[in-house]
Amino acid sequence: MGEITYSDALNHALKEEMRRDEKVFLMGESIRGGIYGVTGGLSQEFDKRVIDTPLSENGFMGAAVGAAAVGMRPIVQSLASFAWVAMDQLVSQAAKMRFMFGGQVNLPIVYRWGLLYGNNIAAHHADRPYPMFMNMPGLKIAIPSTPADAKGLLKTAIRDNDPVMFFEDNNLAGSRGEVSEDPEICIPFGKAEVKREGADVTVVTIAGTLRPALAVADELESDGISVEVIDPRTIVPLDTKTILDSVEKTGRLVVVDPAHRSCSVASEISSIVSQEGFWSLQAPIQRVTSLDCHFPFSPALEHLVYPNEDKIADAINLTLE
Amino acid sequence: MPEGKELYMLMLRRMMLIRKFDETVKDLVQSAELVGMAHCYIGEEAVAVGACTALRDEDYITGNHRSHGHPISKGGDVRRAMAELLGKATGYCKGKGGSMHLADFDIGILGESGIVASALPVAVGAAMGSKMQNTDRVVISFFGDGASNQGACHEAMNLASIWKLPVIFLCENNQYAVTTSFKETVSTENVSDRATAYNMPGVLVDGQDVMAMHEATVHAVQRARAGEGPTLLEAKTYRYEDHSEGLNRILREPYRTEEEIEFWRQRDPIDIHSKWLLENDVASQEEIDKVQNDVYEAIGDALQFARESPYPDEADLFTDLFADPIPLR
Repeated sequence: MGEITYSDALNHALKEEMRRDEKVFLMGESIRGGIYGVTGGLSQEFDKRVIDTPLSENGFMGAAVGAAAVGMRPIVQSLASFAWVAMDQLVSQAAKMRFMFGGQVNLPIVYRWGLLYGNNIAAHHADRPYPMFMNMPGLKIAIPSTPADAKGLLKTAIRDNDPVMFFEDNNLAGSRGEVSEDPEICIPFGKAEVKREGADVTVVTIAGTLRPALAVADELESDGISVEVIDPRTIVPLDTKTILDSVEKTGRLVVVDPAHRSCSVASEISSIVSQEGFWSLQAPIQRVTSLDCHFPFSPALEHLVYPNEDKIADAINLTLE
Repeated sequence: MPEGKELYMLMLRRMMLIRKFDETVKDLVQSAELVGMAHCYIGEEAVAVGACTALRDEDYITGNHRSHGHPISKGGDVRRAMAELLGKATGYCKGKGGSMHLADFDIGILGESGIVASALPVAVGAAMGSKMQNTDRVVISFFGDGASNQGACHEAMNLASIWKLPVIFLCENNQYAVTTSFKETVSTENVSDRATAYNMPGVLVDGQDVMAMHEATVHAVQRARAGEGPTLLEAKTYRYEDHSEGLNRILREPYRTEEEIEFWRQRDPIDIHSKWLLENDVASQEEIDKVQNDVYEAIGDALQFARESPYPDEADLFTDLFADPIPLR
């Protein structure tokens, strides 16, 4: 065990899996140089298996489907906001192909998406589109929030035989944590992790909101409020049992999600719990999400849009009123 | 791969199979036995047959919405194709794909895309996989003049060219995107003129002549197998039917003339090839008639098989979505 960053954890997962299986290859824009801070150096070891592409997202995201259909295991890297450019291939091909062709083909593809919100880069680069893909059958979706989860989930994604949308929160890039060096440690999909145990309120966090939620939980502890924090880690499949069991214990739920509010993961989890855990609830469910407006550039405005410690604390307090 | 007379008769048989298959489809749409959309390939048979007879079994093809002819040309099973069109469990895709989504991965038919031009990047990826795995398999991607105006087409051709991939872009220029003439939508005289921009050969072929299609494809396949990269073939052809069956009930204005349709009917690919077989003493009229009769029987049998096959089960809704299944609700 050693403390490494979230980015390095991803790098290690890629390196280990590329060593393990020569069908695995990487493609994306300027990834040999390592523009996203993860893939740099891999081309020295894997050479032609690290491919710089033209700026043709729809083209190469679709090429990943074709390569996977004939036996390769592509990993494609891009920014979450560029998914819009490639939407046809992601939805019409990657998500639908297996079902539509009656299960004739497996598509072991990992689409790695950087989430860049909260860095004053305005609306065109700040998207968090995972809830939209949650609405599209055929895609598995992972969103790690710690270095250990980043490595373990990415390895599972690479070994999985289906298309996986893998969202990496760039706000966590430099965050450090203990990560196993054992190349066989994979984190199964559909297993939420209780990141902090508590008795009074359940807080479910998505992506980078785990850290502020934990900070709030620590703070409230001194006020005598015991907060349980859960990270689902994958939203497809979604571990509803861990969440429902926790709500049964606490009777209160706050869901924190950096996606926009309407039809967010927070909305889906709230809906599931109100349907299946209604009789455990002692207070209305609270959602803490990005507002339903775009990310503005100005530092004066941007921070108002996404979830922060104050908003999370307010929401928790609301459930306790 | 067959040669000589065996090849020429195979071409005839497959063109006739496609013709009879789609004539049957027309009837089934009329009688409402076939639901949803159906796009007939009648008139264009020489394109797919000429091209696919230049491939090995292990080579790949991708298709589009007008794609009953592509799998049949590649040696696909008309029974499973017909069953798929009727939504039956014995169909190629267990009834989950239907008319626009036939596929047979066992013989390299990587599937058809209902979204125009969407299969081109997939074809490029298959060629990439072929190259990375050091096989010499090539890919033909069938698309239309309409698809040639999609961004996906541009991206796919550029990718294939810079990486010298073994893919043949086969534009079936049937001259209309639904009701809009390609002359109004393509900036060059021919779609194949665009090949220059991708630094690949662009070859214009008579799409009604199965022998010409075959020969042009053989050259493109040789080039692809030799690692010299992609080719853009453009087959000038024509669909006798409207874009989709039943569209004439909706359309209010004619978009093409009777004379034009008749002109192309005079250039019928099956007639042209039959005549060539007779004039060159390759086959007698009797032999040609026998192929015709065999084909009628095969399609009759396919229809019976499809009709007698069971529909898929409700439980099948949740199968085939994932290779490594997850709980679904």
